[in-house]
Amino acid sequence: MIIRLFLHLALLLLFAPLLQGVITRTKALFAGRVGAPLLQPYYDLARLWRKGFVFSRTTTWVFLAGPLVGLVVPLLASLLIPFGALPAPISFEGDLVLFVYLFALSRFFTVAAALDTGSSFEGMGAAREVTFSCLAEPTLLFALLVLARLSDGLSLGTLLGSHLLPAWHSDAGASLGLILVSLFLVLLVENSRIPFDDPNTHLELTMIHEVMILDHSGPALGMILYGAALKMMVMGALLVRLALPWQTGWWLSDALLFLAGLTGLAVLIGVIESIMARLRLPRVPQVLVGTMLLSIFALVLVLR
Amino acid sequence: MTWLLCGIVLTTFAGVPGLFCRRESSGGERLACILTLAGCVCGLIAVALVLGSGGETGLDLPWSLPGAALALRLDPLAAVFLLPLFLVVATGSVYGLRYWPQSENPGNGRKFRLFYGLISGAMMLVLSSRNGMLFLMAWEVMALSGFFLITTEEQKEEARRAGYIYLIATHTGTLALFALFAMLGQMSGSLMFPSAGSLQAAGSSLMFLLALFGFGMKAGLMPLHIWLPGAHAAAPSHASALLSGVMIKTGIYGLVRFTSFFDGIPVWWGWTFLLLGAVSGILGVALAIAQHDIKRLLAYHSVENIGIIALGFGLALLGRSYDHPLLVILGLSGCLLHVINHGLFKSLLFLSAGSVIHAVGTREIDQLGGLLKRQPWTGALFLGAAVAISGLPPFNGFISEWLIYLGAFQPLKSPTSALAMAVLTAPVLALIGGLALACFVKVFGIVFLGEPRSDAAGGAHEAPSAMLVPMTLLLIACAWIGLMPTTLVPLLRGAVVTWTGSNGVIIPGESFASLTWISLLGWLLLALLAAFGLWLRRRSRNIPREIGTWGCGFQFPAPKMQYTASSFADFLVRLFHFGLWSERHGGKVAGLFPPATAFSSHTPDTVLDRVLLPVFLAVAWFCRQLRAVIHNGILAFYLLYIALTVIVLLALFIL
Repeated sequence: MIIRLFLHLALLLLFAPLLQGVITRTKALFAGRVGAPLLQPYYDLARLWRKGFVFSRTTTWVFLAGPLVGLVVPLLASLLIPFGALPAPISFEGDLVLFVYLFALSRFFTVAAALDTGSSFEGMGAAREVTFSCLAEPTLLFALLVLARLSDGLSLGTLLGSHLLPAWHSDAGASLGLILVSLFLVLLVENSRIPFDDPNTHLELTMIHEVMILDHSGPALGMILYGAALKMMVMGALLVRLALPWQTGWWLSDALLFLAGLTGLAVLIGVIESIMARLRLPRVPQVLVGTMLLSIFALVLVLR
Repeated sequence: MTWLLCGIVLTTFAGVPGLFCRRESSGGERLACILTLAGCVCGLIAVALVLGSGGETGLDLPWSLPGAALALRLDPLAAVFLLPLFLVVATGSVYGLRYWPQSENPGNGRKFRLFYGLISGAMMLVLSSRNGMLFLMAWEVMALSGFFLITTEEQKEEARRAGYIYLIATHTGTLALFALFAMLGQMSGSLMFPSAGSLQAAGSSLMFLLALFGFGMKAGLMPLHIWLPGAHAAAPSHASALLSGVMIKTGIYGLVRFTSFFDGIPVWWGWTFLLLGAVSGILGVALAIAQHDIKRLLAYHSVENIGIIALGFGLALLGRSYDHPLLVILGLSGCLLHVINHGLFKSLLFLSAGSVIHAVGTREIDQLGGLLKRQPWTGALFLGAAVAISGLPPFNGFISEWLIYLGAFQPLKSPTSALAMAVLTAPVLALIGGLALACFVKVFGIVFLGEPRSDAAGGAHEAPSAMLVPMTLLLIACAWIGLMPTTLVPLLRGAVVTWTGSNGVIIPGESFASLTWISLLGWLLLALLAAFGLWLRRRSRNIPREIGTWGCGFQFPAPKMQYTASSFADFLVRLFHFGLWSERHGGKVAGLFPPATAFSSHTPDTVLDRVLLPVFLAVAWFCRQLRAVIHNGILAFYLLYIALTVIVLLALFIL
């Protein structure tokens, strides 16, 4: 139990920033550049760690609560989700709701920290973030309903259990395919990737997540970046397990399969970011509602 | 039982001695507060004794009124509603000592305390009464005292209007209740409440609709919520806390108690509640997001939370109809726990909003800002309550929503029946939760963070400790339920057994087992936050805060440039335009050198202002026209009417 917990946390803490590196590298390759080294996110985090803070006089303690909750929440949520075939350290009936609501908690404080600066740019980003998230949340629940229908429990561990492989070959395969797509879109929204948000733009008016953290600096910014990387890996774990439901029986090969799946996911995100432009803001809700409809179809298919 | 009676009497008459005190003296208010506290403690002892013994106690005295009896019963179901009542009444009365002191309000302070006591006592009586006649009397006392609390500031047009609408709404509801109890008495043979599960539900559809209308009006279910926003906004904050936190729950109590009488509940009862709950929840929170008056906004959130409660209750009813015990347990305990939770965090929100209003003097969110620096404690308490009402861990709102979610997942196991449609409750709850988060992060962010948007907000002061201590108590209660939910399991279990009656369900032991894990993870979350937080605080301790927020190169930022409540909500309000029909005025700029322009947006109530008022105005106009024709002042016409009436009567007799 303890060893499993350590393995789980070690995988998460060590591997998460690499995903950002893979995405950046993929984009660079597509653009014909050499690109930053794969380990650049680690160097960035180490550099931010050594730096000092800069605070605006408008801010209060809430400004630091944002990064704090943003880092702690993915850590805690990772305990609930299996990493591929490696089971989750903590698993109980109904933990899927806790999983969803923990991320809502981190959103609450990230947005509050953005509003704490009193800058209208950050207010703009905050308003967009809450709007898009509340459209993405029902989709996530529909997907969980589909998974719960196919399994016989209500914990993420059983939802993503070994029954997924036969389920892909059965009638429910179509549903699983649909929710795979909608979960991927939810992942892109929640992690502020193209086509919903552009993490690289420097035009504040068009950004969502990046504009909310404009005023953060030093270790606080490092915590945000690290928290974002952890969040991506934790949410990615849901997707990877769904797409690669194989089980080898040996923990090392299971872990390698999982990590390979995550890397593949990062490459996919990088490819999408290279070949797509950001959506216009008014289009984003339409795409999200469309995603929700997809997941509703998936639910109807398994309920019939 | 003596304890409860003591409690009722002490609380009911708490405001009476003050009537004999001098206008300017503060003796009356202290005495009222002490009496209320004593009454609440007596009531708490009574409830504790009942819960400790595991059964129920009662009192039966004859009464000379026909059909009536002084029948009081205390069971776990009533206890669920009584516990938050005691806490909110007690904290509100202490809070009122500094929020509404007699010295500052010589005109209405005594009146306010008289009716505050009356409504509290009447609610205790409503929740413990077992006789239809007694129930209706207590109900009317409660309803009328509510009117006087709302119109405390009767010199204000807004309060008079809100009180008038409330009076119409509550009396329409009571009318339905009169009919309901008459029919119930006819069916069961006496005006005493029948025991749980003793009546057959077949053929009682009309009674169900009457109960839904009468009790739903009090609870504020969506199309019937018309009185709620105005009333909660107009009343003093601790009265709003009582009205919104506790009084509207008597409507839920009525519905829960009424349905407990029946066996073989039809399927459509449960579906009705699910539908109404979804409508109340989504439209309630959407209307809340569009508001910029802080108390009106909180009032709309009551509609939303009543929607969540109705969702849980609908699941429980469906569980009864489809004979699905786990659904009954999870749905009903989620519903009842949310009743407690909403009582706690909503009154905390109203009290902290009151502390802001007390300090700044306005309810307009767009006039506030930067208050966390000036009112650190109020701000922190408001933040706690905001996290709780958004249903986020580790506070209590999450526990009740979690129970309802778990209930919503149950029908997946029996997919062949129509019950499977009930799983849609889960995404609906997720949407409500996401919108509530957006709304509360908006309120907290605009009111407490950033720079003050007006001079009054810049000069605000922290509330006195007599106001802060009661609020802290409420937050502790919220955290208690969030972190130690297992302590409430016996109470909920007892309430479920009471509701289902003797022929009810056997409660599987594992229904609440996961709560231990949730509380463990809640503590873990707090511990991690505290550890990282302390480290972050140490590291950032000596950093000066002397530069302004980066304005993206603009050199002269002003507080007016900050995002406001309206601009924050604009995106969502546009998305929900189909249900809100917000009005937008001005804001258009023309030409290369546009002159100064103004913009305003306003979202009136969809049902009251868009449907009912136009309809009522049209009816009034029609009646006026009709009267002008019929009642025209010419004597000959009146004689003609009499002659016609006589002829018609004659014809009727002959035929």
